[in-house]
Amino acid sequence: MIAIVDYGMGNLFSIYNALNRVSANPKIIDDPESLASADGIVVPGVGAFGRCMDRLSRFEGALLQAFLEGTPMLGICIGLQVLFEQSEESPGSKGLGWIKGNVVRLPEGVMIPQMGWNSLSIIRPVEMLEGIAEGDMFYFVHSYYGVPTDKSVISATTHHGVDVTAAIAKDNLFATQFHPEKSGVKGLKILENFVRSTRC
Amino acid sequence: MLARRIIPCLDCDLGVPGGRVVKGIEFKQIRYAGIPWELAGKYYEDGADEIVFLDITASHERRETMVGVIKKTSESVFVPLAVGGGIKTVEEAREVFNAGADKITVNTSALKRPELISEIADRYGNQAVVVAIDAKRRYALEDGRQIIKTPQGPCWFECSYYGGREFTGIDAIAWAEKAQSLGAGEILLTSMDRDGTYDGFDIPLTDAVAKRVRIPVIASGGCASPEHMLEVFQRTDAAAALAASIFHFGEWNIGNVKNFLKERGVNVRV
Repeated sequence: MIAIVDYGMGNLFSIYNALNRVSANPKIIDDPESLASADGIVVPGVGAFGRCMDRLSRFEGALLQAFLEGTPMLGICIGLQVLFEQSEESPGSKGLGWIKGNVVRLPEGVMIPQMGWNSLSIIRPVEMLEGIAEGDMFYFVHSYYGVPTDKSVISATTHHGVDVTAAIAKDNLFATQFHPEKSGVKGLKILENFVRSTRC
Repeated sequence: MLARRIIPCLDCDLGVPGGRVVKGIEFKQIRYAGIPWELAGKYYEDGADEIVFLDITASHERRETMVGVIKKTSESVFVPLAVGGGIKTVEEAREVFNAGADKITVNTSALKRPELISEIADRYGNQAVVVAIDAKRRYALEDGRQIIKTPQGPCWFECSYYGGREFTGIDAIAWAEKAQSLGAGEILLTSMDRDGTYDGFDIPLTDAVAKRVRIPVIASGGCASPEHMLEVFQRTDAAAALAASIFHFGEWNIGNVKNFLKERGVNVRV
């Protein structure tokens, strides 16, 4: 079973349908206890960093446990940003802190939010990017982006005024700033890779 | 760099079970094009970057039909879906978001009560609110209007509402700026003079609005060929081009159009 963490931040329909499409067995989970039995965990997210963390806090322990036990995890959009220590969007709110570094605002002079299809530069090819080629386009909607202290966790970037972290890989954790569930066939390919990793 | 988007638009008549896609000419004569979720699926397969559904019946009783269309579509279409037509409150927007829509398009209701834009943006984010503007050329020099030069003569652009049936007296360029300041994430800009004519996009209109706002502008109305899309991308800063008839009835599909544009140097997703 692949758990989609439902912490009350918006529409889970799209990610649910997309996982269904790649023959996963998704389940929307709103109690932290159920995460223990998940083969994979998806942390989606829309909205502001602080509000997300407030609502995600009751899952914090269960998510950390699953992460340390090696359960494959996929963070999407704000689900990537909450992995960091903090964000300029919500000063004073603490993130999960699994990835050292901060989330910062896109630079002045570019369209904010970045909204639309942008191409990936693959920095470090990882299993989750199998079948994805340099320059393939994905759908982004965001105003902030993660800057990890340890650059080696970055597996892909995109360019929007600056190089923007587009995907992060660390151990059993993969996270994307873009929305694979809204990125057509290439997005589904990433979800397929994730589902496959949960069965190994 | 962000790609220029190609967006098919499905004008939906929800007065029949399951709804049907229709297309009008200059907002009037109607032609039948297909079943909404089937057409959406085809356009997704062809490479659409996003799909817009507009409820042209825009009546409250038919919201349920639209919700059904979006639910069904989102099972098999994995690009952003924008939905509009008759949404007047955050509560009504919520029904459509919960069905799987990523963006809501507002037009008449926002002109009548501009705060609606902020209300939806506060709850769902700026990116979730598209303000649709139906603009009509007025060849008259009136005080306080933003006069734009066109090959046909100087004019200002008036916003229409109620699906083009009534006029507001509001300047479309000024309204686009106001919509942005209220939290709109995008402007869907339709030229009423060009819609359904197959004469190409209204370049002066698109250029004027795209220069005036920082948010993306989707050009709409009049597209009948890939050359029209090329023209709007080369001559204006439009972030996206929207079309209906060319895909419903024409010999072009989205894939061919994108290849055509890419070969001519436009950054599109193929």
